Amino acid sequence: MNALTVEELQTSFGSIEAVRGVSFAVAAGETMVLLGESGSGKSVTARSILRLYGRGTRIDGRVRLGDLDLTALPDKQMRAVRGRRVGLVPQDPTGALDPLRSVGSQLVEVLRVHGVETSKLDARRRARDLLGLVGIPDPVRVMASRPHQLSGGMRQRAVIAIAIACEPEVLIADEPTTALDVTVQAAVLDLFLELQRRLGMALLLVTHDVGVAEELGGRVGVMYAGRLVETGSVRDVLAAPRHPYTQGLLDSLPTPGIPRSELRVIPGRPPLAGEAGAGCAFAPRCPQAVTSCHASEPALVAVGPGRAAACPIVNKTLTAQGVPA
Amino acid sequence: MTVLLDAQDLSKTFGNGVRAVRDVTLQVAAGETLGIVGESGCGKSTTARMMLRLLEPDAGGIYFDGTDVSRLRGRRLREFRRRMQVVPQNPQTSLNPRLTIQASLEFNLQAHRRPRNRIPELLDRVGLDPSYASRYPHQLSGGQLQRAAIARALSTEPELVVCDEAVSALDKSVQAQVLNLLADLQRDLGIAYVFISHDLAVVEHLADRVAVMYLGRVVEEAPAATLWRDARHPYTTTLLSSTPGLGRERIVLKGELPSPADPPSGCGFRTRCPVAVTACAEEWPALTTRGPGHLASCVHDGVHLTAA
Repeated sequence: MNALTVEELQTSFGSIEAVRGVSFAVAAGETMVLLGESGSGKSVTARSILRLYGRGTRIDGRVRLGDLDLTALPDKQMRAVRGRRVGLVPQDPTGALDPLRSVGSQLVEVLRVHGVETSKLDARRRARDLLGLVGIPDPVRVMASRPHQLSGGMRQRAVIAIAIACEPEVLIADEPTTALDVTVQAAVLDLFLELQRRLGMALLLVTHDVGVAEELGGRVGVMYAGRLVETGSVRDVLAAPRHPYTQGLLDSLPTPGIPRSELRVIPGRPPLAGEAGAGCAFAPRCPQAVTSCHASEPALVAVGPGRAAACPIVNKTLTAQGVPA
Repeated sequence: MTVLLDAQDLSKTFGNGVRAVRDVTLQVAAGETLGIVGESGCGKSTTARMMLRLLEPDAGGIYFDGTDVSRLRGRRLREFRRRMQVVPQNPQTSLNPRLTIQASLEFNLQAHRRPRNRIPELLDRVGLDPSYASRYPHQLSGGQLQRAAIARALSTEPELVVCDEAVSALDKSVQAQVLNLLADLQRDLGIAYVFISHDLAVVEHLADRVAVMYLGRVVEEAPAATLWRDARHPYTTTLLSSTPGLGRERIVLKGELPSPADPPSGCGFRTRCPVAVTACAEEWPALTTRGPGHLASCVHDGVHLTAA
C-alpha cells in the first residue's frame, strides 16, 4: 500500500487556482521529487497535504495517509497527524525555529506533545540522540544553543531532527537545501537518503533545482502552472524528457561546451499562480504548440513504462515511432 | 590586453573581527569577464564592494584604468562611478519601489549628466518593451526587473559592470535569457564584467577567467575552460563535483565553512580537506603558477579526489 496518495488535489486561494488537479502516490521507502519553477504550485501541493492553509483556502480532492483519508479528518485529529505521522522540513530553517528558545527545548517539546517520550529526562536523552542522528557533531552544545548561534547547515539539521523526531511515515521537505551552500547541500541530501533508509519513510521533496532531483533519484513529477506535466523515474526523465517544458527547462541549463549567448531559452516566463487560461498552460511558450493546444488542457497519459506526460503532440509522435505506452 | 581594473592585495576585516577578505589580487581586462565563485561568507561580495569603492579596504589598492580609486574625489569620482556600474542580486529591492522604471533610469542618467531621451532605446536593448517605462517594480516579474536593473547599469555607458549574483534569484528558464542578454551586450558594447556567483556552471558559461574564493582568499584562478578540465585546488574539485549534470562523482565534505572571525591556522580549507597533511596547519600556501594563467594555493600539485 502507498504511504501517501494524492488524488485530484486542487487548492485555490480565493479566485487564484494554485494547484489544479494533481495526483500521485508515494510508497514507503520511496522518494518522490516535485520539480518546478516559482508559481508552479509545488510548495502549495506539499502544504495542502498537511492542510496548512487557513480559512479562505479551498482544498479539493483526496489525500490519503496509508488508508486514512486526511481530507475528511477533523482538525483535532489532523493535528495529531502533523509532526507525528507526517513530518515537514520547511525551506527556511531560521523561520521554522523559535529564535528565543534553545534547540533542545524545541525538540523536547515535539517529543512530549506527541507522546513519544513522557518524562522530560527521557525526552532530553532522545533529543540528543536525534541531533546525533542528523549528523550534528556536538549534540550537547547544540541542545543548549539558540538558533542564531548555529550555522545555516546546522539549523537545517536541527529542523530535520524535529521533523523526524516522531519517526513519521511520510517526510515532506519543501526546498530543504535552497538556503544552503552547495557543499553543505550535498551533505544534507545524503542525510535525507540515509534517514529514509533507516526509518523506511516515504520522502516527498519539493525543489526548483534539477541538480537536487538528480542527486536524490527516485521518481519525479515536473509541475507547471499548478499541474503535473510529466512524471517518471528521475533518471529516465532527465535523460530523455518527453514534455516540451521539461525539455526546455533542461536545455536552458548552462552546461560546458555551449557557446556564450547561445543558451537555449524558453521564451517568456512561467505564468503566475492563477494566470493559466483554458488550454495547455505551456502552449504560449511552447515551440511545438498547435492550435488545439490552446483549446483544452491535455491530461497526463502514459508514455512508456512508469512514465507519463501531458502533451498530446509528443504522445502522438511517440506512438507513431512505436514507443510502447 | 589592457588591464581595466587592478585590485592589489585587498584585505578587509569588519568591526566584529570577521576577516572577510585577505590578500586578494585580481585583474579585469577591458571587454573580458572575470568570474568569482565561492560559498556564502567567502568574501566575494565584500571584494566586489571594495572594487566599486562602496567599502574602504584596510589594505591594498584598487586601480581603475591606472588610477588609484581611493584618491578620487568630486567630479573624477563621479566619472569613475559612471564607468563602473553594478547589477545587484535582488531586483525586488535594488529598484526603488516608489519610482517607475522610467524614474529609476532617469535618476541614474541625471546623476551622470546623460541625455534622458535614451530610455526607450535602453529598454529595447535589454529586451523590455519601452511601454514598461511607466510601470512600477511590483508590476514586473523577476526576470523583467533584472532586465530593468541591467538597463539602469547600461545607461551610463559603463566599461565595467559588476554583477553580484545577478541571475541567482531567477527561475532557470528565465536565467538563461538573462545570461544570453549579458553575453550579447558584452559582444556588442565591449563591456567587461565581474560576474559573482555561487553557481559554478553559470560562471563557467559566462566567464573568461574564474577566481575561486574560500574563507576570504582566492584559492585558485584560471581560464574558465582550464578550471573546468584541470582544477588543482581540492576545494575547486569539490565545488565542481557538487555541480549537477556533469556526472562527476560527488565529494561530500566533512564539516562546514569555518567562521571567518575565527579561521583555522594555516590553510583555511584544511579542516574540511580530504587530502590535508600536517604541513597544511602551518601556513596558508601562496598562489603558485600551475600553467598558463593558472594559479592555485595548495601544497599538493593537483590531486585526484575520489568520493569517500
